Amino acid sequence: MSDYAWAPGFVAGDRPRIVTSRFEHEDSYTLARYEATGGYAGLRAALARPAADVHEEVRASTLLGRGGAGFPAGVKWGLTPQGVFPRYLVVNGDESEPGTYKDRLLMERDPHQLIEGCLIACYAAGLSRCFLYIRGEMALAQERVATALNEAYAAGYIGKNILGSEFSVDIVLHWGAGAYVVGEETALIESLEGNRGMPRLKPPYFPAAIGLYGKPTIVNNVETLSNLPWIAHHGAAAYTSIGTESSPGTRMVAVSGHVRRPGVYEIVNGTTTFRDLIYGDEFCQGIRDGNELKAFVPGGGSAPWFLPDQLDLPFEGRLVGAAGSMLGSGAIMVMDSTTDIPSAALTLTKFYAHESCGKCVPCREGGTWLMRILERVVEGQGTQDDLDLLLEVGGSICPGSMPHAASSELGLEATPFPYRMTTICFVGPSAYVPVHSALTLFRSEFESRVAPSRSKTRIPVTAIGGER
Amino acid sequence: MARFNETNLATAHEIIARYPRPKSALIPLLHLAQEQDGYVTDEAMRQIADLVGVTPAEVIGTGSFYEMFRFEPTGRYLINICGTMSCALLGASDLLHAAERTLGIHAGGTTADGMFTLHQAECQAACTEAPCLQVNYRYRFRMTPDGVEQLIDDLRAGRLDDEIPPHGTLARVRQHIPADRGVGAVDPDAVDGPPAWIPVTVEGAGS
Ligand SMILES: Cc1cc2nc3c(=O)[nH]c(=O)nc-3n(C[C@H](O)[C@H](O)[C@H](O)COP(=O)(O)O)c2cc1C
Ligand code: SF4
Ligand code: FES
Repeated sequence: MSDYAWAPGFVAGDRPRIVTSRFEHEDSYTLARYEATGGYAGLRAALARPAADVHEEVRASTLLGRGGAGFPAGVKWGLTPQGVFPRYLVVNGDESEPGTYKDRLLMERDPHQLIEGCLIACYAAGLSRCFLYIRGEMALAQERVATALNEAYAAGYIGKNILGSEFSVDIVLHWGAGAYVVGEETALIESLEGNRGMPRLKPPYFPAAIGLYGKPTIVNNVETLSNLPWIAHHGAAAYTSIGTESSPGTRMVAVSGHVRRPGVYEIVNGTTTFRDLIYGDEFCQGIRDGNELKAFVPGGGSAPWFLPDQLDLPFEGRLVGAAGSMLGSGAIMVMDSTTDIPSAALTLTKFYAHESCGKCVPCREGGTWLMRILERVVEGQGTQDDLDLLLEVGGSICPGSMPHAASSELGLEATPFPYRMTTICFVGPSAYVPVHSALTLFRSEFESRVAPSRSKTRIPVTAIGGER
Repeated sequence: MARFNETNLATAHEIIARYPRPKSALIPLLHLAQEQDGYVTDEAMRQIADLVGVTPAEVIGTGSFYEMFRFEPTGRYLINICGTMSCALLGASDLLHAAERTLGIHAGGTTADGMFTLHQAECQAACTEAPCLQVNYRYRFRMTPDGVEQLIDDLRAGRLDDEIPPHGTLARVRQHIPADRGVGAVDPDAVDGPPAWIPVTVEGAGS
């Protein structure tokens, strides 16, 4: 259960808190509470210095992006081409990766912190308009952010000549309408331009070069930006004194599934292990009903799965990458010994197959194939051939070796992240990742489900495509 | 009613004015139409096309990409039951079955009285509170099949009217940028220098 009834899922604990520091206040989303608890001090500190200094401070903090890719924010801001204006900020509040729950909490519980973060980013990187894109299905977050924006405009924190300075910027609330792929930054920009939310062909690799309306655009995640007020107020040195050198600060992690106390935790970056998170008293307190841990997804539905073998790894990007997965959006999903592995893989594959935007053939067709074949395996209608077919179809989305975890029981060595892919974005590979993980680590559960190979000719896959 | 009423038309113009290009307002205006009528009517799409300067075909072509837009009459309450991983691990299918049984419809259907539409939905960013659902995008956490029955009963009896507005209404607070505070949406092609707080470098380019 949550520590605070008004912040469902959030468990505070006795740890340093940067982005959730106000959550114990029931009225944390109001301007009055925000100002009474140090709010907008970061903005004032930033405005007292030249923009380039503030940018340098953020660069020195090594604040890593929290949207999935973990790219350093200060470096990203520096990728805008010299002398090209206007530049935009687009806030990615589209949170919809399976397992992920943190940005919504930050928008509902501390919208002013996010707004202050946006203002600091715009000031530091010379961005003259900000669009705050919130997932369509989040009515309360939209309401809280709209209210906070209205309050902040009235108080002179947003708009013309902010706090009497030369700094002027508008923040415009925008909201989506239900499409997971829109979280991909170029799809987000397409959607904001009033188009279908389909990712753009790369290059350019970063919208920092060519983004919204063809202009340099920084896309940052809600949690990333929510760290900026603290950094601007306390400085990069204070920030890097928390966590590790490569992963400083804190990070929001949601742990869900078969644990005794699922929750959203702000953890010290880089040092907390998966064992701490799943078994620790201040975190999830072990597996429900005294069951055994079977497997867990360490970084959102797109991440290759881990086994109990990997429990002692810290929640740190490079180490987890070397061990065959990724941290992604900070979401751990735990499966206990009662879990039917093929069905669990199917729920994820179904999600990504359904969310394909249809732009690339390997994703559009391959995702649906994977889903259909897996469905018939789960229903007991599959054959041995289907298991090979799954890997073959997956290989057309991700050619070459796929990352996976080590297993002492199976005598498997880890294959590090990332994979190669034939698609524009990660939705296609993400449909394959759970299939590959489940088949690699739990093949016997599939074998016992399927009939022996029926013949040399494969059973044709029916009903390909058609459905979006 | 299918075209925007007077208040909503004013709101539509206010929304459009915030974007450097009117087409960016397309999705917010589709939401506004859905809020007014409970779903997006053909007439609304024609009007939106005029307002943002695209063809009606583009409006439906773009709108139909997004799952939240409904192009046919929809229940006063849209119940979305999450079926993704964390919820599936903790009994999401029991919730769906309870809802189907109680409402007498299958997922995807609408009750004959027009009160309820039922959908199986995808991850709602509340995975630690699984299994969960949304009614008109308002959450119910850690639900049980009995809880689903009770919820439907409460909705039917109007006991949740204060908390849950009819389908189509998202945030009940809108952003308003005060005329004297807003910077305004500038045509991106009309800007050629850095903003005022960024010093112009020696080459005159801005950093
Ligand atoms: C399919 C897909 C979905 C994504 N969804 C989200 C999302 O919901 N929220 C988010 O912040 N980033 C998401 N990302 C990552 C964004 O593309 C982008 O990297 C991120 O918003 C950048 O912000 P950051 O540098 O602050 O992390 C997604 C990426 C992909 C490929
Ligand atoms: S990988 Fe899938 S979702 Fe991504 S662009 Fe290609 S078709 Fe669209
Ligand atoms: S899986 Fe149901 S809310 Fe995320």
